[in-house]
Amino acid sequence: MTVDPVTSRGSHRGSSSSLVGARIPMVDSADKVTGAGKYTDDLTLPGMLVGKILHSPHAHARIRSIDPSAAERLPGVHAVVTGRETPVKYGILPVGHDETIFATDKVRYIGDNVAGVAADSESVAEEALRLIKVDYEVLPAYFDPEQSMLVETNLIHDGKPRNIEKEYHHHFGNVEAGFAEADYIRDDRFECAEVTHAALEPHSTLARFDPDPDGSVTVWSSTQVPYYLMRTLAATLELPEEKVRVIKPLVGGGFGGKSEVVPLELAAAVLARKAGAPVKITYTREEVFYAHRGRPRQIVELKTGVKRDGKITAVEARIIQDGGAYCSYGVVTILYSGQLLNALYDIPNVKFDGYRVLTNKPACGAMRGHGTVNSRFAFETQLNMIAEVLGIDPAEIRRRNLLHPPSMTVNGLRVLSYGYPECLDRVVEQSRWKQKYGKLPYGKGIGLAGSHYVSGAANAIVRAEMPHTTVDLTIDRSGRVTIYSGASEIGQGSDTMQVQVVAAELGIGLERVKIVAADTARTPIDLGSYSSRVTFMAGNAAIAAAREAKQQILAAAAQKLGTTPENLAMEGERITCRDDSRLWLSFADAAALVVGSDGALRASGSYSPPASAQGGKYKGAGVGPSPAYSYSAQTVEVTVDPETGEVKVDRIIAAHDCGKAINPTTVEGQVQGSVWMGLGQAVQEEMMWQGGRLMNPGLLEYRSASTLESPPIETIIVESNDPEGPFGAKEAGEGSLAATIPAVVQAIHDAVGVWITSLPVTPEKVLKALEEKESLKP
Amino acid sequence: MNKELVQLHINGRAYELSLEANRLLLDVLRQNLGLTGTKRGCDDSSCGACTVLIDGEPQMSCLMLAVSYQECEITTIEGVADGSRLDPLQRGFSVEGGAQCGYCTPGMILTAKYLLAQNPDPTEQEINDALSGNLCRCTGYTQILASVRRAMELLREAQLQEAPAR
Repeated sequence: MTVDPVTSRGSHRGSSSSLVGARIPMVDSADKVTGAGKYTDDLTLPGMLVGKILHSPHAHARIRSIDPSAAERLPGVHAVVTGRETPVKYGILPVGHDETIFATDKVRYIGDNVAGVAADSESVAEEALRLIKVDYEVLPAYFDPEQSMLVETNLIHDGKPRNIEKEYHHHFGNVEAGFAEADYIRDDRFECAEVTHAALEPHSTLARFDPDPDGSVTVWSSTQVPYYLMRTLAATLELPEEKVRVIKPLVGGGFGGKSEVVPLELAAAVLARKAGAPVKITYTREEVFYAHRGRPRQIVELKTGVKRDGKITAVEARIIQDGGAYCSYGVVTILYSGQLLNALYDIPNVKFDGYRVLTNKPACGAMRGHGTVNSRFAFETQLNMIAEVLGIDPAEIRRRNLLHPPSMTVNGLRVLSYGYPECLDRVVEQSRWKQKYGKLPYGKGIGLAGSHYVSGAANAIVRAEMPHTTVDLTIDRSGRVTIYSGASEIGQGSDTMQVQVVAAELGIGLERVKIVAADTARTPIDLGSYSSRVTFMAGNAAIAAAREAKQQILAAAAQKLGTTPENLAMEGERITCRDDSRLWLSFADAAALVVGSDGALRASGSYSPPASAQGGKYKGAGVGPSPAYSYSAQTVEVTVDPETGEVKVDRIIAAHDCGKAINPTTVEGQVQGSVWMGLGQAVQEEMMWQGGRLMNPGLLEYRSASTLESPPIETIIVESNDPEGPFGAKEAGEGSLAATIPAVVQAIHDAVGVWITSLPVTPEKVLKALEEKESLKP
Repeated sequence: MNKELVQLHINGRAYELSLEANRLLLDVLRQNLGLTGTKRGCDDSSCGACTVLIDGEPQMSCLMLAVSYQECEITTIEGVADGSRLDPLQRGFSVEGGAQCGYCTPGMILTAKYLLAQNPDPTEQEINDALSGNLCRCTGYTQILASVRRAMELLREAQLQEAPAR
């Protein structure tokens, strides 16, 4: 279908100054608005079978035996696979290989994967699941992390005493001295409920094996990490990596829920191999909830000391995360929760005790704002409490604790660009904060908070001698540019961003540039769409590739025009002599010169974070460092009904420092989406567990907000122009989420005078706090 | 289960199919006809991703038995554009960032199409009311609202341009 955008793309033609910062419709938007675009579940192959997974009904049990024979005999069933055939352990982190495709000895949560079936139809597959006989020996199960940490026997994993996946004890500076110096110290306990991504597209995977002797497998999957999926498929299927190809079709949202290998991806492949036919598995919505890998329930015991003027002297945090039954990203999550207490404010002394604890529930993993959100909620809320006690304006107490970049935090995080002060100023101004804070009528309130996030991790999960991302491009004789990139578009606009920066760098129109992305057999390695790394890293690599192509074109054009490359400008789809504008070549003709002499015009660019951004040398130092951090400040206005405890959010203003908005429409969409997801966690979303069973595994029961519960979100883009970012850009898709929650909590306090320290802030909690406050009155 | 011969009228075309009576319209569209623009996002009619228009009115195809809609004109997202010319709503969603991952987009556009057919100048509250059955996890709805408003402007412009010709 022909794209018919409203804005004329021609108006941006060929000028980098107008292309970077232009509101470009996403390059795949026509596919999305017409329904023509294909997501994994939209794909079919001849002879394709339906795959289904048998899930454990027990939270913790030993498998005595499995008898799949009745299922295998059912007409229409082509393959049944159990854990006996899938012994290879895997996990997203090298230190956390604790999963198998199907359970080999034990099940560890209700929903754990026991067996898989491939059949002619969904109904036959479901019937086959019922025919698989599993004999379980039920074991004691643990659902609360603080209780699970006390257990000595019937451990969830052998070799994990007290069910602790990992603990870290960091101490930077000297907190004892810092607290001794403080004029005021607060100690509070915060609790955050477990939340999940609930991307609208349920996970889906289609796998096809080529016939022998080749034996290669092609897997189409709703993944944020095609490269890691390819590696894990190779490892678990015991195939060499060159025989595994992963293709990422359109992905209907990720938010971290597709940022590691999800069991169905491996199950589809192992079933396809055994059945000798393509197999597709698509999770039901209930299965998506149980597959989970969302944000863990977190308990934060936080102590902060300040001088009378509000200057922070020391911070001490004890953090417990309820990780669920497998490691997943857990080691990284617990580290982020401590490490990113830093890099927003200047904190001279920090102590962190972190515990990632195993329980018999689905594994938690990475979710938007990975690891930082719940710690930030606690920190910002406590800072607002301190400001209130000391009689300092909440915006002012933040200004008194600013970093002074370029700087290095006590735990080794390098900060170069820092738009946080401007974010604070802008929301204070736009919200008319000074006229409102503490001055609104009872029941109305305003709150303020800040947050930040990494623009990609400076250290890769997989330690290997290779760049974090590589982008190739080719230009043909017609001047058509094709980008080959492993970066994964998941709705955040990564394809568009790469097209935009390449067109800008080459001085050509967007319509000349096409992108082939996220196909491990066709595109170079990119580590994936997680930790907000793509704009910074793939953006820089795409620019590097374009610059290399540009050099080739300028060299050929210089020869043709009888001048030097330095005397040529590449803009407006032309290569023009700087000193004589009558001498020029069209972009296509110049590209054809290179193709004519060299046979092809190819270029390649890579990105690796600089050593100065990679952090310290202590245990756990690798998590937290990033080449750049985004910053956000927000104000939230609420109305609280003191009779019902109901909180209505009336207005949110979010200022986000994204370095440079390559595409402001996309940046605003990312910031609004983050704020909205933070708002959901603040006031309504919660995974409700009872005996290891999820009580609300549906989008309505989970209370994903509709238009009616979603206030308009005003966005302010702050551009600090990061010295290492692509055109100065940093991340935009996660950093705003965390500030929303403490800003809501403070607004409630401003409205009715109670601090809620447990998420989500339900009407019941507000009412209870109001009653307690009332009972304390003399 | 026995199959019956069924005729469905979808996007201005007639399709003859042999279907079991319990087949959902959503599955028939996606699996039998390859009209995969209609999405499944949940198990229990909570998300609205499967919305289609039945005689112009939005309904969730995951709740509908295909055999029961033989007399109706069914419009899916594939039937919204006029050939290669996008509908104003499709252009609005494209330009204003209303489609991030795009998974809720077909349902959103079809629901908004009904709204604008009934009421070409809805208020913010009326737009929010109309779209409240279509869940999105990406946008926070701000840009979806902007997309619908952009479509309203485009429709008004188109009407103004047509007016002198009459």
